[in-house]
Amino acid sequence: MPPVLDIQSLRKFFGSFTAVDTLNFQVEEGNFFSILGPSGCGKTTLLRMIAGFQRPTEGKILIRGEDMSNVPPNRRPVNLVFQNLALFPMMNIHENIAFGLKRQGITTTEIIRRVDAILERVHLSGYGKKDISQLSGGQKQRVAIARSLVLEPSLLLLDEPLGALDLKLREQMKIELKKLQADVGTTFMYITHDQSEALVMSDQVAVMNKGRFEQIDTPRNLYSNPASRIVASFVGETNILPVNMISRSPLKVKTDFGLELLGTPVIESPDSQLDLFVRPEAIILDPADTLKETNRFSLTVRNILFDGSSTKILATVNGSNQELTVALPQNQQFAHIGEGDTIPAGVHRGSCRCYPRG
Amino acid sequence: MKKHFRLGLFIFLTPVLLWLVLLIVIPHIELLLMSLQGKDDMGKTIWTLANYGNFFTEEIYWYTFVRTALYAITVTLLTFLVTFPVAFYITKVVSPRLTGFLTILLLMPFWVSELVRVYGWMILLRESGVINHLLTTVGLIEAPVEMLYNDISMLMGLVYTSMLFMVVPLISSLEGLDDNLIEAAHDLGASPFIIFTRIIIPYAAPGITSGSIVVFMLALGNYLTPKLMGGKNSLWFTEQIYNEFIASFNWNQGAAFGFLLLVLSSVIIWTGLKLSRQKLGRALS
Repeated sequence: MPPVLDIQSLRKFFGSFTAVDTLNFQVEEGNFFSILGPSGCGKTTLLRMIAGFQRPTEGKILIRGEDMSNVPPNRRPVNLVFQNLALFPMMNIHENIAFGLKRQGITTTEIIRRVDAILERVHLSGYGKKDISQLSGGQKQRVAIARSLVLEPSLLLLDEPLGALDLKLREQMKIELKKLQADVGTTFMYITHDQSEALVMSDQVAVMNKGRFEQIDTPRNLYSNPASRIVASFVGETNILPVNMISRSPLKVKTDFGLELLGTPVIESPDSQLDLFVRPEAIILDPADTLKETNRFSLTVRNILFDGSSTKILATVNGSNQELTVALPQNQQFAHIGEGDTIPAGVHRGSCRCYPRG
Repeated sequence: MKKHFRLGLFIFLTPVLLWLVLLIVIPHIELLLMSLQGKDDMGKTIWTLANYGNFFTEEIYWYTFVRTALYAITVTLLTFLVTFPVAFYITKVVSPRLTGFLTILLLMPFWVSELVRVYGWMILLRESGVINHLLTTVGLIEAPVEMLYNDISMLMGLVYTSMLFMVVPLISSLEGLDDNLIEAAHDLGASPFIIFTRIIIPYAAPGITSGSIVVFMLALGNYLTPKLMGGKNSLWFTEQIYNEFIASFNWNQGAAFGFLLLVLSSVIIWTGLKLSRQKLGRALS
């Protein structure tokens, strides 16, 4: 069976600007697929090409094996949830959701049945008669998703639909959206610039930059094995130290303030100027002497960034001004540290990932 | 605090109330009384319904009345048909930077008086006018044709003079239409025709209603354009009123006609609002 979405050497130019640059990828049935990238990286253009609002300059889009080149948006088996939702203000909720079904010429009783069923799915039973303006942000969100889902598309495209919500509601909708997707089994393609949305909800994430995919992987792999410097700096919080290589195999590097560290090379490169990436939670405070292949140094605490369960400390490496963010373990083991304290610290060489400086 | 509010309200309301009472209510009461009066055989002023009776018995009055109403409705429809594509083009098709410039271009002709604009059309259309001259020079026609003084030229003139009052509310209501709504409808499977009838028209409905009301009332009450561009048979009801007041010097009859016109326009607008399920307050806000 062909994949739900098959993109073949897709390119899009706007004048001399390349918005989407030679993409090749597939999305499998039932996946929650996210595209993560900074604004202006071409992700919206890609989505609009799949929905049919923009024509690719080159390449093909196949949905369930069918070429979509000459299919207008109203005949494609995909639906788009817009960033600003685009609910029809002159219709009530029932009419909004029924709009697409009416276009398919389905009987009135069947339409009522399906609209009620989808309203129940998104926990809005009995809201059909209400006006759009009577809904809260999160409810509008769900109506917009229901309006597309009721058409049972092969692929549901979502264009940063959580962007307009406040933080608390966004956290809640993230979980709800993931549940909904698992529940209905429709393939979701979700674009966002928020890495936490992408990591929490997706089965697969593609990191996009300047029109290209840097890496397509599971959220876990993306976080622990970023394939490029861009992915490493874009996904998750990280400390970046500029270093110089002193030996290649095994990789040994030296910071500009003279600290020698063991590292792991990610990309082969003749370059001796590297950037060393360390996750805040990879830095172990007060490491046991038995730990092998561990870089050891001592830190002076400058600031405690209290944030409940994800409290971090901002510390400098002794003998330098290099600041590091270190995540505190949640077991209160280090609850006693205060500003100005000096503590020994260590990082395993596997957590010191080195990328050529770009 | 409350007293201040009262005083403020009073100060702001005074001009409006003065305007309404002095210029609208009092003259209309006067007209109403006048329309119910007449002279008996002895030349004495008496109360009578004869002025209204005349309207219903004289066929020419009836005929003009119905004709005026139907033509005013036609003018409103034509104006809508002409201006809607223009308004849509200005607000949705061209780049937003051009919208303001094009709107100003559209409004420019309305900086001169209606009289001048109507004469402009007459210069173009009359027997010795520009269009006839061109056509004869090119050789498309042998002799000049009279294009003025018929119903079609009159309708054209009325549509032209009313355009502004339709296009401005249309532009302002279409400007608020989010392009994403059109795309969303398209995405959900709607054809361009369905998008137009189910999304664009309902969205612009308040603008269409307020534009239509203004254009209809202006067309119904227009005197100049039908007089100058219409033919001898193109009678407009306002001309009847004018004739009664000025030519026949029968103010009582003229007042009765004036009132009938007021009732007519109110009834037609009310019917229009009911048919299109629009609310007057919402359309005019």
